[in-house]
Amino acid sequence: QGKFTLLRDTRTDGSFLVHHFLSFYLRAGCKVCFVALLQSFSHYNIVAQKLGVSLAAAKERGQLIFLEGLKSCLDLVFGEEEQPGQPSPLQFLSTSDLRALFDFVRVSLAPADGDSWKGPVLLVDDLSVLLSLGAAPVAVLDFIHYCRVSVCCQLKGNVVVLVHSNEDSEDEENELVVNSLCHHSDLILWAEGLATGFCKDVHGQIKIIKRLSLRQAVEQDLVQIYQYKIQDRNVTFFARGLSAAVL
Amino acid sequence: LVFTEEDKYGLYSNLLFKYFLAEGIVCGHDLFVASAKEHPDNILKELPAPLLDDTYGKELGDEAAAVKSEDFQDSMKIAWRYQNLPKMEASPTTYTKFGHYYDVSKKMSPELCQSVKWHSFYLHEELPFEPKMKTCNMNSGYARLLQSIQRIISQEGFDGSDPQKKQRNVLRIGIQSLGSILWGDDVCCSDTPEDTHSLTKFLYVLRGLLRKSLSACIITVPAHLIQNKAIMERVTNLSDMVVGLESFIGSERETNPLYKDYHGLVHVHQIPRLNSLICDVSDTKDLAFRLKRKLFTIE
Repeated sequence: QGKFTLLRDTRTDGSFLVHHFLSFYLRAGCKVCFVALLQSFSHYNIVAQKLGVSLAAAKERGQLIFLEGLKSCLDLVFGEEEQPGQPSPLQFLSTSDLRALFDFVRVSLAPADGDSWKGPVLLVDDLSVLLSLGAAPVAVLDFIHYCRVSVCCQLKGNVVVLVHSNEDSEDEENELVVNSLCHHSDLILWAEGLATGFCKDVHGQIKIIKRLSLRQAVEQDLVQIYQYKIQDRNVTFFARGLSAAVL
Repeated sequence: LVFTEEDKYGLYSNLLFKYFLAEGIVCGHDLFVASAKEHPDNILKELPAPLLDDTYGKELGDEAAAVKSEDFQDSMKIAWRYQNLPKMEASPTTYTKFGHYYDVSKKMSPELCQSVKWHSFYLHEELPFEPKMKTCNMNSGYARLLQSIQRIISQEGFDGSDPQKKQRNVLRIGIQSLGSILWGDDVCCSDTPEDTHSLTKFLYVLRGLLRKSLSACIITVPAHLIQNKAIMERVTNLSDMVVGLESFIGSERETNPLYKDYHGLVHVHQIPRLNSLICDVSDTKDLAFRLKRKLFTIE
């Protein structure tokens, strides 16, 4: 509880981690606010069904609050003039101001009467897009900070955020955001494509970094490395060099 | 959203662009062609003619005399994704089942071109912009294009808005040389462009329009001119599929004996991972293309 988890991908697509956490927290009975910026609701729904969870049902019973970024963007750009009291969460497209997005998160996860859910969770896929849409890196970091205070500290919930990073990236703004978030995360799951290129049996490597040095006086973080293979309904993890294809 | 990085002189990416449109005509899809460089009418006059099944074998025989039959069956087919339609698997041995083949040396007949409904957007002939949308500080050329695309999608019912339409059809959108100075964007001119967000905002809104309608879009971009690599990284993240074409013209690879049968390389930077945990990664990612008199092949 009260944990900030950073999902990071380099040279590969780390979205399988997002699908995992989404179905994991829903099955655990948590109230989830999912800020989905790049894909449609039906994309996540179809994958979630393979993982045994119905997003549509979760939405209906109020357990899942889903912000479909692409749809909200269309409403903002081509829709009617918005009401003054209800700014669109995607308002930052015009104003570069992420406050409306934060208000959306805060209101979504505020405890409501009759709520029996265990702990609130904020899930973001993916944060790097905010920079592409005109938000400044400092604004993005502020947004995350506000979310942490609200969700992790005040509501004792968890926050899980996905960012992309490229090696030798020239996107300095993105690197700034990613590095800063790494310093403040309790747990980092870093999916990386293999340095040797694509392989059918091993899709990548995942580094699990428990930032013990953050909270305790312990000096070293705990780092574990596994390799993984993504299947239609599952992801298998194994120790490096020990994929089923090799054994 | 298929994003193609143009080869240096735009020769081969233009060909790929025309293949996409030609395939649309042969499948009976509606077309939307946008350009700031060439008038869409001219683009549509230059589409390759489809090869009919009975002549196909003969054409193939002429072209592939030196190629063993099993080598040809390993050729890569470019897979297109359509919203709401099941993905079609192309099995390597039955190459006639998916897609069509074209003869680059012949032009598509005007009758066939006129058999589908097509819409065009030529930036320099557009009327003064009366925005019915929030432009979000986007470059006006891009904003106008978005408004035009949204209008067609909505009017023609590609977003399911017209319940009268019994037969739903697909809209194929082709946008040529996005990002070039002709669109009013300076992202190709300097590594610190004045407006670093217009192109990415455009792609985001376009992505939203594509997801909400029965449409697919190919964009070509003169990536070799974009000096700000950060923008290219962001553009890649906003696209479903990213393919780069590298031609050997004027490069040292032209004389490399390894590449003597080919005209360039195909770099698949990203493939779509939609509605699934896994994606369809083919066995090989080392692809090259060649353009013979009649056929453009990727191997």
